[in-house]
Amino acid sequence: MSKFKKKKSGELPPVSTAALPDIVFMLLFFFMTVTTFKKDDYKVKQELPYADQVQTLDKTDKVIYIYAGKPSLRYQKEFGTQAKIQLNDKFADVSEIKDYWFNTINNDLGQEYQNVAITALKVDKETNMGLIADIKQQLREINALKINYTTRKGAVDQN
Amino acid sequence: MGRRNIPEVNAGSMADIAFLLLIFFLVTTTFEVDSGINRKLPPMPPPGVTPPIIKQKNLFTVLVNKNNDLLVEEEVMALGDLREAAIAFLDNGGGTNEKGEPCNYCKGDRKEDSSDHPNKAIISVRNDRETEYGTFISVQNELVGAYNFLRNREAQNLYKMNYTAMDSIASNPQTSEQLKSDLKEKMEVIKEMFPLKISEAETSN
Repeated sequence: MSKFKKKKSGELPPVSTAALPDIVFMLLFFFMTVTTFKKDDYKVKQELPYADQVQTLDKTDKVIYIYAGKPSLRYQKEFGTQAKIQLNDKFADVSEIKDYWFNTINNDLGQEYQNVAITALKVDKETNMGLIADIKQQLREINALKINYTTRKGAVDQN
Repeated sequence: MGRRNIPEVNAGSMADIAFLLLIFFLVTTTFEVDSGINRKLPPMPPPGVTPPIIKQKNLFTVLVNKNNDLLVEEEVMALGDLREAAIAFLDNGGGTNEKGEPCNYCKGDRKEDSSDHPNKAIISVRNDRETEYGTFISVQNELVGAYNFLRNREAQNLYKMNYTAMDSIASNPQTSEQLKSDLKEKMEVIKEMFPLKISEAETSN
């Protein structure tokens, strides 16, 4: 009858922690793979429009980013709600685009890429076209003709 | 019988579970890649040069007003019909190109009052300064869609492959150089048949 003797409580085996490193590594790897390093902090709203006839920008492409849109909520007190341009991590005026473009080419990408560099316009979908026309005019004047309207993948009726 | 210690929980398969999860996340995570509509801006015209005059029938005008309504060839149109209309215009082939060759691959209606040749056909998008960017992108997307449709059709005829598929293979960095140059050559042929001519004219107020 001793077979059914109640085991004494308080003798629970310790939980093995042998797999803890595995879990930690797993998390580490996970975050390592999904993290994309964002170059700039967005100060403007970045709700990009949708499009489905798109071409992807390669990692090897030389890309210069220009952001535009309404200032984000926390900057609205200071900068208002009119759409603005953001270069690097500062609000900027249209007239600063040329300098920014050449600076990026010379300091970050390399001068030899001047003719192949693509200017990616990351513009919020509620922005007025007037601002974009101004940006395009600036880019035309410095012969930065390759541009990319960055979009999200999706049907256009969501715009 | 004496008291027995409960054996320790076997943790040997914990690693397997961890790897399973790791692989699960690896497979399900989508990597954010920047993608969008590529465009080439027109260079600044040299001073003193007047732009060439384009025949009205070779010009497909899309006007977008500040309320984001579309006026296509002087008629109000819904965004959903734009692609069809653009395809009909580009594919019309009513006349000849500069060299006097007729468009023998066009399958359009060959109307007198529509474009002569895909080579001559120009789509002009004009928008108000207050047009929303989202609408502008929708319009551009539909127009690129029209070109892609026609290019895919010809690419299927010639190479049994979609133009858009060729493009995505050619822009993939893992593709071998030889395949890339081969595809680029084929794409040039297709581009020659339907050159992308979309003008984003200066905004009208």
